[in-house]
Formats: sequence, C-alpha cells, structure tokens
Amino acid sequence: MDLKELYQDIILEHGKSPRNLGKCEGYNHDAKGYNPLCGDKVHVYLKLDNKKKVESLTFEGEGCAISLASASIMTELVKGKFSDEAKDIMNAFLNMIKNTSEIKSNHLDDDQKTKLMSLSGVKQFPMRVKCATLSWHTLISAMEGKKEEINTETID
Amino acid sequence: MDINGIKSQFPIFSKKINGKPLIYLDSSNSSQKPINVINRLNDFYKNEFSNIGRSIHSLAVNATNKFEETRVSVKNFINAKFKEEIIFTKNATEAINLVATTFGQQNIKEGDEIIITELEHHSNYVPWHFLRETKKAIIKFAPINNDGDIIIEELQKLITPKTKIIAVTHLSNVTGTIVPIKEIVEIAQKKNIPVLVDGCQSAPHIKVDVSDLDCDFYAFSGHKVYGPTGVGILYAKKKWLEKLPPYIGGGAMISEVKKNKISYAPLPEKYEAGTMATAEVITFNESIKFMESIGMNNLMKHENEITNYALEKLKKINSVKIIGNPKNKAGVISFTIKGVHPHDIATILDEDGVAIRAGHHCCQIFHEKMNLTATARASIGVYNTKDDIDILCKAIENCRKIFDLK
Repeated sequence: MDLKELYQDIILEHGKSPRNLGKCEGYNHDAKGYNPLCGDKVHVYLKLDNKKKVESLTFEGEGCAISLASASIMTELVKGKFSDEAKDIMNAFLNMIKNTSEIKSNHLDDDQKTKLMSLSGVKQFPMRVKCATLSWHTLISAMEGKKEEINTETID
Repeated sequence: MDINGIKSQFPIFSKKINGKPLIYLDSSNSSQKPINVINRLNDFYKNEFSNIGRSIHSLAVNATNKFEETRVSVKNFINAKFKEEIIFTKNATEAINLVATTFGQQNIKEGDEIIITELEHHSNYVPWHFLRETKKAIIKFAPINNDGDIIIEELQKLITPKTKIIAVTHLSNVTGTIVPIKEIVEIAQKKNIPVLVDGCQSAPHIKVDVSDLDCDFYAFSGHKVYGPTGVGILYAKKKWLEKLPPYIGGGAMISEVKKNKISYAPLPEKYEAGTMATAEVITFNESIKFMESIGMNNLMKHENEITNYALEKLKKINSVKIIGNPKNKAGVISFTIKGVHPHDIATILDEDGVAIRAGHHCCQIFHEKMNLTATARASIGVYNTKDDIDILCKAIENCRKIFDLK
C-alpha cells in the first residue's frame, strides 16, 4: 500500500478546496447520501434541462479528503453531460475502483480520465472505497428522483 | 511492574503491520489477548471439550465445574455478593438488552421515564429506545458540559415520580470520563430508582466494586478485558433477577415443561438459555487471572502514566485538539486535527502500524452535542508504553506533512 498513491496532490488539493460547493441556483433535483460508519454526509444538487442535460451540479457535505475530492471532481466531470452519460461515467468509475485499473468511458477525454484516475489509489484501501463512491451514488439517486437517502451500508 | 514483560505476553505484538511493529491503540474497541488466554481456549477444545450442565459423563462434569469457576472469579473480580448474580451473555450489549427488555416488560408503561446521558454508547441507548417505541416510554438525556462531565445537578432535575430507571456509563468510550456512579446511585436510591451501569470501559481499566457502587445492574464485555469474544457479563442484584421475567426461552433455563405450564430454572440458569459460549466463558477465567497477576492498582497506575504522557505530548502538536477535559480521565483520548478528517488520520497512521479508531465511536449523541461529525481515538491498554505514544505522535506529524499543515 502506498499513501502517496492514495493522497495524490490533486486529491489533497480538491479535498482542501472543493469545487462547486453549495446549492446551485434553480436546482430541480437533489439527494442526500450518508455513510453511517463515519457519519459523513453529502447533499447533491443538480439542474437538469428538459433534454436531461446537467446544466449545473453542486454539493454540500462533510467528509474526509477522499470523499470531498471525489465529489468535487465528479461535479467538474459530469457538468454538461446528459444523464445517461453521467451514469456511464459513474459505472466506469465504480468499475475502475473495484475491478479494472482503467476508465472505460466514451464520454470523457484523456485529461478527464487522468483526473478521475487520481482516485484509483483507493483500491488498495478497501475500508475507504465507500468514501469515494458515496457522492456518485447520491448523484444518480438525485437524477432518478429517488426520495430515500443513499446509505453506504445498503449499496455496493 | 515490568511492562515490556507484559507486552511480550501478547503474541500479536511480534507481528508486523504494513512492515512496521504494531502499535495498538484501539483497546476501547477490543483488547488484544495474552498467551494464557489463547492457550486456554485451544487447550479446552483440544483436551476438555464438552457442553455443560446436561450430561453426567466426566467431560461434562469437568466443563460444568470450570464454567462455574469463571462465574465465581467474575463475582470476586467485581466484588458481587453472590455468584448467582453473575449472568453470562453474548456481550455487554446483550446484557443491557436483557435488562431493558425484562425490566421494561414488567415495570415500564406509557409515559414512564428513563434517564440516560449524552455520554452513552449506542448500546446503552438503543435498547431503551425500543421501550420508547413499544411502551411509549420517554427517554431523557442528562446533559454533559464541554469538558465531557455529566452535569449531576441537571441529571437530578430530570428525576420525576415517573422516572423508572437510570442507565449510565461508568467510563466514556470517547472522552475517558470516569463518571461518579456512587453519587448518581445515592441520588437515585433516595427516590427508589434502580441504576444500570454500562461498565464496558471501566471493567478493564479501573477497580470495579459493585457492592460499593451499590448499583442494581452492571454490564461489561469479556473481549475488552483481555478475554475472548462471545462473553458478556451482567451483574444484577439478586432481588431483580428473582423478580424479573426470563429473557430468552429454551433449554437450560427451564425447570419443568408441561403442555399447559412451564416453570423456570433457578438463578443463574434462568437467564442462560441454550448452549452458551462454553469454551469462551471458561477461557475468560484466564483473563481475570491475567488482570489479577498485574493487580488493578499497578494497572491503573501504569495506564494513568501513559495517558498523561500522551496528553502532554499530543497537546504540544499544532492543530491537534483533545476532545473533552473531564475531572477524572482514563486512557481514552479522542482528538481532531484541524484540516485532516479522522478517516484520513486513521488511514495514514495505519501505514505506520498505528491502529486507532476513527468515526463517532457509536456515540452520535455525544458528537452532535459537541458539533463534531467524527473524531480520531487513541485508547490505551495495559500493554501500551511511552514508546508507543512517541510513535503515535510521529505518525501524526506524518499526517500533518502529507496534508501540508503549518
């Protein structure tokens, strides 16, 4: 295990100054996520236009460097995508964290893939995987208009 | 006392974690096991195994005798009056559930009040919450101050003629607060209110004398007292165990079973249904022997010394904040580092072989009160040394370095 791989500069930087914090104006979807193991919380807000394109995407939350960085990077990468593209990116991300070591998605360019790959170190720390995935599950829940809070103990 | 001698009695400390010697600072969660305990469990399964209480063959007689020997040792360990007042359960959580359920069934009705405190572990809240749901009982929380001490005068004010029981921890698993149980029991007794004490953190770390405390119920877990998992202990005054209904029904807890009538076994079997954690209970006797071989006074003196050393050193590290400053504190140190989430602290420390806990430590009420989502916790056991604390502090410095803290 290598701490430097987990705490890459980009993670530390996003963790310290997360992008797109707060409630975005005119949001029409939102969802909450909760990790009962540590008490971390995230609230995702997004504005989908009538073609289901993500017009804006923000979040509020408390958490560790990994969870904040993951949420922050997510808001950057998903903004401007259609909701099915967002789901594809999430699946590629989850697959990268759990199975493969690459991002397989046609909806991200190489720079974006590199950015997302900065979270790959989490793989070596199984106890921390949920920190990285909470905001993504919460985003999908928001898009699908689910009312129930996402709970890391009841999702993969 | 030769402390290095004690560490060498724990085989796990010869193992490496991430290539580093293990610095175990998670004893509030569960303690490591000395070799005499590990050997006893192995030996019992290898040479002596039998179920207890039922058969009359030699192995069964021996196992039954050994099981009862542990009961006597536990009685002496916490200075109970009768061995029938010691009930074995799965863990302290089950022991508290036993009391909440049976006491609630018999004594709690709609609108009755249960007093607990803001320091409680979830295991001394949730079982009472069940009575809030099923019986419409009311739970009142005795407040704590910023130091992490229960405000006794406020607790006293919560008592009304509807107060049926007070349930309180002896030693906080977050702040290390040693709660003045005797004082609380005296207050409660004036109003004829029974007191349950959650002794999970006190049994391994301070001298416990239930006769002196005069509490009605005292629960603790064997695995925190250098013993095997699967052993919980409920001490209850005989008058309660005789009066309260049984908890779990099945074999061993009955006296006579007819189609239209069942009578229950005498104490303590009334509360020990089914096959118990036989080998573990028998093994737990070795844990008590281990504690006795050190002596509670020596143990307390040693842990105090390590705790004070840790507090002194941690306070000197910039951006480290110790949570709570109770009047009497045992070796539980929760802290935060400004700019580093406790989960990140725990991961980084683990790389240096330092095992701590991060999260809310099953005390969300406390964390909410203190406006915290999570804390990091270093908790001390009899095997910890000043060297361990030095390594902890070095690992924290590494944390500060990774996160580029000033």
